Amino acid sequence: MFDLSPEDWTAILLSLRVAAVATVVATPLGIAVAWLLARRDFWGKAALDALVYLPLVLPPVVTGYLLLLTFGRKGLVGAWLADTLGIVFAFRWTGAALACGVMSFPLLVRPIRLSIEAVDRKLEQAASTLGAAPWRVFLTVTLPLALPGIVAGMVLGFAKAIGEFGATITFVSNIPGETQTISALIYSLTQTPDGDPAALRLVIVSIAIAMAALIASEILARRATRRLHGY
Amino acid sequence: MIVLSVDIVKQLGEFTLAASFRSDGLVTGLFGNSGAGKTSIINMIAGLTELDRGRISLDGDILDDSTSHLHVPPHRRRIGYVFQDARLFPHLSVRQNLDYGRRMNGLNHDVSAERHTIDLLDIGHLLDRRSAQLSGGERQRVALGRALLAKPRLLLLDEPLGSLDEERKAEILPYFIRLRDEASVPMVFVSHDAGEMRRLATNVVMLKRGKVVAFGGIDLLTPAIQA
Repeated sequence: MFDLSPEDWTAILLSLRVAAVATVVATPLGIAVAWLLARRDFWGKAALDALVYLPLVLPPVVTGYLLLLTFGRKGLVGAWLADTLGIVFAFRWTGAALACGVMSFPLLVRPIRLSIEAVDRKLEQAASTLGAAPWRVFLTVTLPLALPGIVAGMVLGFAKAIGEFGATITFVSNIPGETQTISALIYSLTQTPDGDPAALRLVIVSIAIAMAALIASEILARRATRRLHGY
Repeated sequence: MIVLSVDIVKQLGEFTLAASFRSDGLVTGLFGNSGAGKTSIINMIAGLTELDRGRISLDGDILDDSTSHLHVPPHRRRIGYVFQDARLFPHLSVRQNLDYGRRMNGLNHDVSAERHTIDLLDIGHLLDRRSAQLSGGERQRVALGRALLAKPRLLLLDEPLGSLDEERKAEILPYFIRLRDEASVPMVFVSHDAGEMRRLATNVVMLKRGKVVAFGGIDLLTPAIQA
């Protein structure tokens, strides 16, 4: 029963690509936002904090619709990006990656923020008395000490991105080969008569990917912690 | 001799720190009970805390001046700091900790200074360890070496023996005395222990509730004053 069809493979590989791109692009931004929230006081911090967590509490269809209004071909940002840089999100896999990146952002930021908050500021002070400018303190002390949290955030974000459904299908629809991820394909299969066996196969694949991601994160986090403290 | 001039006012909650002194001593001791403002003063000399009013200068270079809103950030002061709790970087080896200041200041390797410092502090056998694998006394020696190898103009020592038991103190104090006798870098030494102060300091600034009550040689530290 475990023969995956070419259609299944397309969806699986697309999901992996979308989630990987979303995670890799979102991580530097996530680290920057996490650092701002953990270490700086500024006007509008509460608003930024709320904005980051908004996708977690909004119905995904609302986030997807807002993305469509903003980044669609006629959207304010979407039209500008298409005209000036030639970047199109609407109904493309890049749009799926954008939707997944936005939806997984809160899960990516939270562990990174917590791990930056946990870095002892006294070590950062010590680094500055040794001649390290603030950006070098960040790169040589804060960032390496926050590494386990960064790994945890990336894995959580990746897992969320793999499973994202509502915002993606609202924003970029369900186009085989372009925007049809595992979740979207499972949804289509459950809507077709006799689709159940195929849907079940993909359910097993989803579980396998999720388990692999969790185990990988556990191993990576343990290795990072060990390297950090040198036992 | 290098001249450190401090004239500062700082409000810390209910407590007003208003201290003024000038010292050209090799080891300037800041002596007083806990809460007298000793650590606050050296944090301001290091640039870690900004003062409310006043001026700090080192050998004529102004580091802080409230009238002209000047505040040189800590990383540009070249003032070393040995904290009470060592603060070694846990993700780096002892060797990398020792090398950190050189890297951050863009200095060339100075093999003879490195060897000399490592020998002076007897830390050669610890180079490949991490902070978590060191004893309290070893950590403090590495912290001292790390501060020295950044080639500071002044070295601040905040109760560097404070977190150690009597036996460890007796083990570490000779290293500081050796360092003083080499006279390679002037130091400001904070302590509430008159015995340590007498053995290490050359000049003493006596503090009480945020004010300088006396300044002079170690003869200030008579038993009468300790009581």
